[in-house]
Amino acid sequence: MTSSKSMVSMTNSSDTRDDSSLIGASSNSSRSPEVVLSVNHVGKYFQLPTEQASGLKQAFINWTKGIKGYKKQQVLNDITFDVHRGDFFGIVGRNGSGKSTLLKIISGIYVPDAGTVNVKGKLVPFIELGVGFNPELTGRENVFLNGALLGFTREEIEDMYDDIVDFAELDDFMDQKLKNYSSGMQVRLAFSVAIKAQGDVLVLDEVLAVGDEAFQQKCDDYFAEVKKDPNKTVILVTHSMDSVKKYCNRAILIKNGDVIVNGNTEEAANQYTLENLQVEKKETQLRKGEYADGLNSRCPLLKVKPLSSQICKSSDTFRFEVEYEFNEAEDFYLAIALHDLRRGGVAFDTGEKRLKYTEHGHRTVEFELPLNLFNNGDFRLVASLRTLSKKNTEITDMVAFTNDANSCAFAIRDSRNKDYALINDRVMQISQVGSPR
Amino acid sequence: MGFVKTLAKNLKDRYHYSWVVLNELVKTDFKLRYQGSFLGIAWSVIKPLMLFGIMYMVFVRFLHFTDGTPQYPVVLLMGNCLWQFFAEATGTGLRSIVDRGDILRKIHFPNYVIVVSATCGALISLGINLVVILMFAILNGAQFTWRVLLLPFNLIELYIFALGCALLLSTIYVHFRDILHIWEVISQIIFYATPIIYPLSMVKNNYPIISKIMLLSPIAQTFQDARHNLVDPHNVQTIWNEVNNPLICLIPYALSVIFLILGVYVFRKHSRKFAEIM
Repeated sequence: MTSSKSMVSMTNSSDTRDDSSLIGASSNSSRSPEVVLSVNHVGKYFQLPTEQASGLKQAFINWTKGIKGYKKQQVLNDITFDVHRGDFFGIVGRNGSGKSTLLKIISGIYVPDAGTVNVKGKLVPFIELGVGFNPELTGRENVFLNGALLGFTREEIEDMYDDIVDFAELDDFMDQKLKNYSSGMQVRLAFSVAIKAQGDVLVLDEVLAVGDEAFQQKCDDYFAEVKKDPNKTVILVTHSMDSVKKYCNRAILIKNGDVIVNGNTEEAANQYTLENLQVEKKETQLRKGEYADGLNSRCPLLKVKPLSSQICKSSDTFRFEVEYEFNEAEDFYLAIALHDLRRGGVAFDTGEKRLKYTEHGHRTVEFELPLNLFNNGDFRLVASLRTLSKKNTEITDMVAFTNDANSCAFAIRDSRNKDYALINDRVMQISQVGSPR
Repeated sequence: MGFVKTLAKNLKDRYHYSWVVLNELVKTDFKLRYQGSFLGIAWSVIKPLMLFGIMYMVFVRFLHFTDGTPQYPVVLLMGNCLWQFFAEATGTGLRSIVDRGDILRKIHFPNYVIVVSATCGALISLGINLVVILMFAILNGAQFTWRVLLLPFNLIELYIFALGCALLLSTIYVHFRDILHIWEVISQIIFYATPIIYPLSMVKNNYPIISKIMLLSPIAQTFQDARHNLVDPHNVQTIWNEVNNPLICLIPYALSVIFLILGVYVFRKHSRKFAEIM
């Protein structure tokens, strides 16, 4: 029975683009093959109003003029994935990638325009904490109201009640009105309802960072426990790659309404980091005679491009190329600097007169950079094109430089590395001289 | 027997969630209605009593709006409290979906429950008011007949009509906010087109045809029926003793049911998209 289900999920997924990774992931999760949530080819678009038509008058005017009054925006294209019983499933993506919309479709708040969502068992959504909380009601009444909205009967809530109060550490306050709670207490109560709710599938949206440090620790322990529990299924939407790596056994990455990584947590987290490093391509096309920041008519093109994968290990050598166009007769120099985006500052610089060129026109130069010195981090390679100064040939004048969009970002992610310092402790150590005096 | 049991079980499973939510929402609304006031829940009795007192003084003592029958003051009060129910049910029902928009955007649950709970709040007020009216009727020496037993059916019909209107209006309000103001005007028209503050006989004496047409509206029909059955079977005219054709008599009853069906149909058709539109 169960094995046939997992077969179905695999054949379903094989016609999507990410089939290989998904099949790999489904066969990995052999410990509990039952599918509790399956999302099949879900698509969703919104109609964004271009004319304000929230009144009859405007609607009538629009109708007489034949204006439809909205434009179509595709938010989700073709989303397919399965969540199995016991999974701690992460959904990551940048702002506006469509993950909240996806979550609302899973929770039944939105209706998909294409595809289907199948849920087995009771799905408890927490798009926001404390939905329906009313400041005029007591803590106890709010728990019951909130619970009822989430689909629990009075008896079910009574069973969970002690657990919830206990976890929130609010025993003495439950008969106080919510308006007399501090904001931290309110959030703690709401969060406790969320995680103590006895559903089969728990859906959490960006709600992990609540409460003080002690409460955080408690949540941390709780999630670690849930992760081990083969019957609890959690779907977590978050921006925090730390929590994804810590809790999730599977994850998907969504970009512009498509699943671009499906299954592997590490891969999804790394790809997400990379997405954040890359600067959004400006949609407005530069007109003729205009140049991007840092470029000009003397040097209309200067760009650093990656040749190897932008997620590297310390043992890798990062290969990249610099593309330029420079047509003046004199010799020129390329200077390349390595910016450390996480810690700030410039980690390395070639120096202004080290790389000298005489090849003019539109050219490409290839480089490589060993990474064994560095710990984990996010880096950016920035290049500038220079000519000798007319007044003083000891120094150079900058002709052009690469802006964020023309520079090349990459990240080092290596399980052997630490995150704190720039230089890793395998290549450098402080050695003690003599014994303590 | 087995069939009935499974049917009951199916119904229970299907509407259990809605029932739980409805319960909690009605309870919460009722609790919050007189929240923070000194007299609290006592207001739900005191307020209608005081309003009745004002009405009685203005219409009966000063303006002499009466058809000369001894029960007319009670008939007047009853009409007023039925109208309050209808106005409150449709008014809060109209705004209910938009007012609870924050919940609808975050949790999926059968959202008709919101409209039903709004009308239930009005129903609770009506129940309290009816108790007060009953006291007045006894004090006024009303003679109760077996027809009192028919009163619940009149109230059910009125509720069905009000719920149908509320479902329809709340759906429209999500899309077009203008309906709030339009409805205020329309309900004023309905108010004056229904024999609430004036006796039906006043219209009948001047324009007999118009009084018959007025009774075709479910509001006028239920109001007259309810007054007839509870307060004064001898002097309150209903559609049954004003119009001879039984088919025509059925029109207002049919209208109530049609409005409910229309309301449910329109609401169901649009309710899946409420969360996206708001």
